[in-house]
Amino acid sequence: MSRGVACILLVVAVTWLSPALAVNPDEVLSDPALEERARDISKGLRCLVCQNQSIDDSDADLAKDLRVLVRERLSAGDSNDAVIQFVVARYGDFVLLKPPFKPATLALWLGPVGIAGVGLLAVFFFFRRRRLEVSAGPHGAPTSAKPPEPLSDDEKRRMEDLLKDDKT
Amino acid sequence: MTAEIGHFALILALMIAAVQSVVPLVGAHRDNAEWMAIARPAALTQFGLVAISFGCLTQLYLSSDFSVLNVIQNSHTTKPMIYKIAGVWANHEGSLLLWVLILALFGSAVAAFGANLPPALKARVLSVQAMIAVGFYLFMLLTSNPFERVEVPPINGQDLNPLLQDFGLAIHPPMLYLGYVGFSMAFSFAIAALIEGRVDAAWARWVRPWTLAAWCFLTGGIVLGSWWAYYELGWGGWWFWDPVENASFMPWLAGTALLHSSTVVEKRDTLKGWTILLAIITFSLSLLGTFLVRSGVLTSVHTFASDPARGVFILALLIVVIGGSLALYAWRAPSLVSTGVFQPISREGALLLNNLIMATAAAAVLLGTLYPLMLDAVGGDKVSVGPPFFNSVFIPLMLPMIAAMAIGPMLAWKRADLKPVLARLWAAMIAAVLAMLAVWAWATDGPVMGVIGVGLAAWLFVGTLVELAGRIRLFKVPARESLRRLARTPRASWGMTLGHLGLAITIAGMSGAGAWQTESVQAMKPGETVTVAGYDFTFDGAKDGQGPNYSIVRGTFLVTKNGQPVATLDPEKRVYTVTKRPTTEAAIHSTFWGDLYAVVGDKDKATGAYVTRIYFNPLVAWMWGGVLVMVGAGITSLTDRRHRIGAPAGRRVAGTAPETVKT
Amino acid sequence: MQRRFFYLVPLAVFLVMAIYFAVGLTKDPKILPSALIDKPVPDFALPPIEGGPGKGFSSANLKGDGVTIVNVFASWCVPCRVEHPLIARLAELNVAKVYGLNYKDKPKDALRWLAELGDPYTAHGADTKGRVAIDFGVYGVPETFIIDNTGTIRYKHVGPMTADKLEREVLPIIKKLDKGNGQ
Repeated sequence: MSRGVACILLVVAVTWLSPALAVNPDEVLSDPALEERARDISKGLRCLVCQNQSIDDSDADLAKDLRVLVRERLSAGDSNDAVIQFVVARYGDFVLLKPPFKPATLALWLGPVGIAGVGLLAVFFFFRRRRLEVSAGPHGAPTSAKPPEPLSDDEKRRMEDLLKDDKT
Repeated sequence: MTAEIGHFALILALMIAAVQSVVPLVGAHRDNAEWMAIARPAALTQFGLVAISFGCLTQLYLSSDFSVLNVIQNSHTTKPMIYKIAGVWANHEGSLLLWVLILALFGSAVAAFGANLPPALKARVLSVQAMIAVGFYLFMLLTSNPFERVEVPPINGQDLNPLLQDFGLAIHPPMLYLGYVGFSMAFSFAIAALIEGRVDAAWARWVRPWTLAAWCFLTGGIVLGSWWAYYELGWGGWWFWDPVENASFMPWLAGTALLHSSTVVEKRDTLKGWTILLAIITFSLSLLGTFLVRSGVLTSVHTFASDPARGVFILALLIVVIGGSLALYAWRAPSLVSTGVFQPISREGALLLNNLIMATAAAAVLLGTLYPLMLDAVGGDKVSVGPPFFNSVFIPLMLPMIAAMAIGPMLAWKRADLKPVLARLWAAMIAAVLAMLAVWAWATDGPVMGVIGVGLAAWLFVGTLVELAGRIRLFKVPARESLRRLARTPRASWGMTLGHLGLAITIAGMSGAGAWQTESVQAMKPGETVTVAGYDFTFDGAKDGQGPNYSIVRGTFLVTKNGQPVATLDPEKRVYTVTKRPTTEAAIHSTFWGDLYAVVGDKDKATGAYVTRIYFNPLVAWMWGGVLVMVGAGITSLTDRRHRIGAPAGRRVAGTAPETVKT
Repeated sequence: MQRRFFYLVPLAVFLVMAIYFAVGLTKDPKILPSALIDKPVPDFALPPIEGGPGKGFSSANLKGDGVTIVNVFASWCVPCRVEHPLIARLAELNVAKVYGLNYKDKPKDALRWLAELGDPYTAHGADTKGRVAIDFGVYGVPETFIIDNTGTIRYKHVGPMTADKLEREVLPIIKKLDKGNGQ
């Protein structure tokens, strides 16, 4: 929603914003394969002054400089990784929009898996507890080995009542 | 004088809210009807006062009263009328005033139309609403007073950020807030139910319309923001996983889960504790969004006011509201008794799977959004968590969910058999395979995710239709009978069917727009032509012009395909006179298969050529259309008879019967 | 009672989050650490500002000449104007040579700016393309680096220098680094 605004509001001390769009024709490399690699790299590098935007999307001045730099390194024959390392050496891991897998980001990368695991466990315990409760419940109903009974006539009628509610 | 009236009305509203937050609650506890009855007039008066306050601020903007700081900072005499009005909420203080206005609006709606609610529940709900309101009134009056005057008024204002001077963005915040604040109703009902210690089918029915309405508004608000980014930022992007976007997306995920789990409470009298927790979480995430955006702990776009004092206040408010409600939950929720029993493979089980995935997705987005902040807080590295992270976490979560979405609605309640259901879905399977083959044949070089996305969309779309066909027993009974069944399908069921169809269309659109965008960036002189995705764009030059408070460079492109004219595109570049800030206005021509999208940039003085950017964005119209269908689905469900007529006394007894019988 | 414990989990998770928020409020997310702290200064040679009397400077000036300061400035940058008197004061104290890196500026504007506000720099160089600044990991102007005798970057301040920062951080660090050299 907000990348452009971010740039305008947050640029540190830059009162001199060129209203240029992101990637400009004068930056584009003539070799399409190289240009595509440059775009790929740029999309993963953060525009430092905009905070939440890649240099590929940003019209900030520094982003443009970095785009040109990426293309220069590529033209000079650097591999994608080497170009990224070149930028990381100067600005740190902060420039990577996809944080590298390292001790400090362990919780980030494993977090979603952990959350899903906890959720699955909770669901598992929910069903297990339910079975125990049902088997010990007042209805004297099925033991934990057996699935619950199908709907009784009474229950069916009640369900239909509920559903009928919705109709008419 | 207007500013003082507005300020005074706000103070009065605070005092009334303070009374409303205590007296009816105590009344409900002591079973004192008179004390409970105070809630209704209090809620209505509170709304009246906030409306006066909001009206005053609007009047100050309309009359360009530059003795008021807020107006100075965000307005200008040359600003068009609509943006003078939108300017009221396009800033920190004003947006908070809008927030409390909507909060009071919802409260007064319960007071006015909640005649069918049991008096004690109504009193408690309105008390909880008033407690939230007290927090926000205090926040405004102590740290963010929109009516602050300056001693020496300037001749003119500083104007509104030009990016915010846009129709889409003018109505984006009210929609979003109607969603955020709408979830406060589900929250208040949940808290009231915890205090009462009772959750039943009737409760679920009372909460549902509020949740549905909030969900519709939030969905609309999010898509408006997305649409704005698409046409305004000039490179055809529509979702960036920006913290502010995430702040609105997390309550959406939780709210969607809540919609599904409350169905289980209503129909099957189970998952009560979880549903109550979801209601609390959904609103908490809305509040958290407010905190993240307003406090400046995360730097992002809309942090038009990052002020530590405000941050501290909001944090305190969060701790009281969220911490307090979760503590109440820990204390009271264990006593909620569920009676419904079901097997993992069942409709309930499918809804639970939806909840599990939605909750995990919301938690993962929360983790990614907050991780840089958390790492920084413990003195670790500074890291960025950007779109690549979110995509790599979010997409794998959504794949199984969409796959299961076609199956879930066909499962029976309580206990179901998967095999016959899967057998009935053969048509969906074939549709998915055909769609993938067709897409793959058309674009062999695209990313594989696009192909999978389109396949899943086809699976879900056809699967949903198969479910509908099964429900009306199409081809099994005479067509007349099927039609009769179709006509009798309750609107709530239509809501589900349409909602899932809408999502299928949206997913197809996202896959297309995400995977196969074609871009062409170049310097063009008048008369030159470039070809993008089979369309020839001829640049017809650019002209200077003048808008109400900005200057324009308007380019013209004539678009033809195989020599046949298709469209004329007039993208603009504007420079706002007061702030000297530029904006781009993309020109977009939507077709069924994709959008032609053109942007004009700077002129090179030496060569006379203009920088132009031309895109073909496939299936974008599907994305917006699909979301519209989803909102329509919500509205359809909202007009279901059982919501329209509420839960009349007789039926309420029927609804609560299971509880009284079994406990 | 195991079940009761289960219901406390959401509250516990939220409270942990709240603590993080509280700490987070005290931090400024716009300030980034430099990846170049404790790394040698990049190799560069900056020409003087065009048309000016200066002689430029290079990485050689920053090695073996005691503690040095590199201040990134530009005439178009408003905060630079704000911090300029403090940079001048730092230079007057004579504890370290102060070099000026003129970032992406028009020579005429830069020279006029220096003439108007005073030129405290031992030498200044024009980085018209901003390339050397990128090698220094500069992302916003002004920035100020402290470099020790061996030519290693030891400290970086982003944003306008304040009197407080100067007294409490910059000067003590220079002193400390200077002592290290003496031995």
